Amino acid sequence: MEIKKEEAVFLLKKMMQIRQFEDKIWELLSKNIAQGGSHLYAGEEAVAVGAISVLNPDDYITSTHRGHGHAIAKAGKLPELMAEILGKATGVCKGKGGSLHLADLSQGNLGANGVVGGSLGIATGAGLSIKLRGTKQLVVCFFGDGATNQGIFHESLNMAAKWSLPVVYLCENNLYGMSVSVKRASAVEDLTKKALAYDMPSENIDGMDILAVRKTVRKWVDFARDGKGPSFIVCDSYRYYGHSRSDAKVYRTREEEKFWKGRDPIILFGKKLIEENILQEEEIKGLESEVFDEIEQATKFAMESPLPKPEALYEDLYV
Amino acid sequence: MREITYRQALNEALVEEMERDERVFLMGEDVGPYGGAYGVSKGLIEKFGEERVRDTAISEAAIIGAGLGAAMTGMRPIVEIMYIDFIGICMGQINNQVAKVRYMFGGKTKVPLVIRTEGGTGRTLGAHHSQSLESWFIHIPGIKVVMPATPYDAKGLLKTSIRDDNPILFIEHKMLYNRKGEVPESEYLVPVGEAEVKREGSGVTLITYSQMLFYCLEAAEELEKQGISVEIIDLRTLLPLDIQTIVESVKKTNRAIIVEEDCKTGGTGAEIGMQIMENAFDHLDAPIKRVAGADVPMPKSPNLEKLAIPSKEDIIKAVKEILGK
Ligand SMILES: Cc1ncc(C[n+]2csc(CCOP(=O)(O)OP(=O)(O)O)c2C)c(N)n1
Ligand SMILES: [Mg+2]
Repeated sequence: MEIKKEEAVFLLKKMMQIRQFEDKIWELLSKNIAQGGSHLYAGEEAVAVGAISVLNPDDYITSTHRGHGHAIAKAGKLPELMAEILGKATGVCKGKGGSLHLADLSQGNLGANGVVGGSLGIATGAGLSIKLRGTKQLVVCFFGDGATNQGIFHESLNMAAKWSLPVVYLCENNLYGMSVSVKRASAVEDLTKKALAYDMPSENIDGMDILAVRKTVRKWVDFARDGKGPSFIVCDSYRYYGHSRSDAKVYRTREEEKFWKGRDPIILFGKKLIEENILQEEEIKGLESEVFDEIEQATKFAMESPLPKPEALYEDLYV
Repeated sequence: MREITYRQALNEALVEEMERDERVFLMGEDVGPYGGAYGVSKGLIEKFGEERVRDTAISEAAIIGAGLGAAMTGMRPIVEIMYIDFIGICMGQINNQVAKVRYMFGGKTKVPLVIRTEGGTGRTLGAHHSQSLESWFIHIPGIKVVMPATPYDAKGLLKTSIRDDNPILFIEHKMLYNRKGEVPESEYLVPVGEAEVKREGSGVTLITYSQMLFYCLEAAEELEKQGISVEIIDLRTLLPLDIQTIVESVKKTNRAIIVEEDCKTGGTGAEIGMQIMENAFDHLDAPIKRVAGADVPMPKSPNLEKLAIPSKEDIIKAVKEILGK
């Protein structure tokens, strides 16, 4: 395995941050401290962390309704993200956005999105802007399997392919769009076929294996940076929690959940690092408790932060 | 009389109409085994099967377009758009196709289509899941816009809407699904296009619909204790507007306030207020008032969200102002 210890620690820790962050949000939702909805990313950590880890800081991403993981992976600050989810004034979007709208433009995160497919056009346009401005940046556009049935998915892929835009379209296939399986929603189960219509190169990989994600995304990132155009990657993965708080998960089996949890991206990667003698078990435990403290601090910060002032209602509408 | 929730009332309407007419079917995202995002279609797929209770892909434009095509060719579809916030994706289908085909084709087709959706504020879900977009649709001749507030009206109006040969946008409210109210066991219908006086009074007329009805009722209770008598009209249908009922009330109270959850500018109140001007100007003793939502995208923060829509206090204040108290 060609990975330096420092890098391995970074990747493992980022995945742990996402997992513990999401577990904490779940707890806050259950206690009604966090209100509204939150679509949790637990189980899919290897996709966001793997893909974003091969980007430059000035590269862009667009995110989804399941956006906490992307935001954390794209250098998001845990306290600000947590505060945003609680709607606090100290949140990354001043409490105006919430879980569904985490964005951090200073880190190249062009935003989560409450609308399925809502960010595909934005990613395409950011790719166009890169081309027009003549920079070496690129865009990774995250979206779910469900979004591939939206018109804008097809419109965007066509436009990006025609104009050879530097966008990596990254589909997180967690087998379901809310309660409807890919099998029941899509005429093709192999989603890479959808890129064929636009002559866009595509690949299907194991999204639970962070090294596989890194390897493949790096390949298509290089391709885009070389001016060769867009690509489409499908990462197979699984969301551990229900779609949202009220989801009774009647559409999937406990066996299926067990199967995927048996391929947990954090445990898999940790094991590999121990096997290859890059990290010791003790070190991994140490990382876990480090992250635990970070999440506790972020939570404390968020809970103690004030709500926005009433005047904020009309602020930031126009420049 | 028995009391059931708004959710249950809608569910009963769907079941009864699907049993009554086999051309009626339901299609939308997660309407099958999941039972709909707000649980309205629970149990339907078990009763009617996958052919008539169809889970679709996340493809709003095709959901509406396909609903229209089916309606023009002999079926009576009920299609669901999970949140009205997503309706922009299929706006072209609604505005240019659903609402216009009958007129454009010289009356040679009918569109017995119900578009069920849900809107409104109250769950701190932020800007993409909290909007009140009804005013967009009252600007489209060719569809009807129905917005029930009570379980009784929800059931009666959904049944009538399904039997109507015109396309109907049926907008439920996310904060009303758990609300209980009296609903008879025996069959009844509520006509589309008729408002109802939900509370009689003499001092001022509050014209409202959907969730805001309950805010108005609470405000009226409190005002009554202070000796102020308020009449409340629940529009129930926004298009066509039952201006007659409004005018009759204004003739009696001589004052009108429109209470609406949507953004004030270009909102439903603008149209209603103007129609009152056109039809009852001589009976007005004071300028018409609006108590409406703030002209901003819905913020996430719970405190800002509350500020962004009318409160009971806002209504009370407006009533006192219009009465000069
Ligand atoms: C346009 C639109 N339609 C429906 C929804 C409701 N909704 C939110 S997430 C979701 C499922 C999305 O599935 P997928 O794209 O596979 O992403 P996942 O949730 O699995 O990560 C649905 C139907 C929405 N937010 N936007
Ligand atoms: Mg999915």
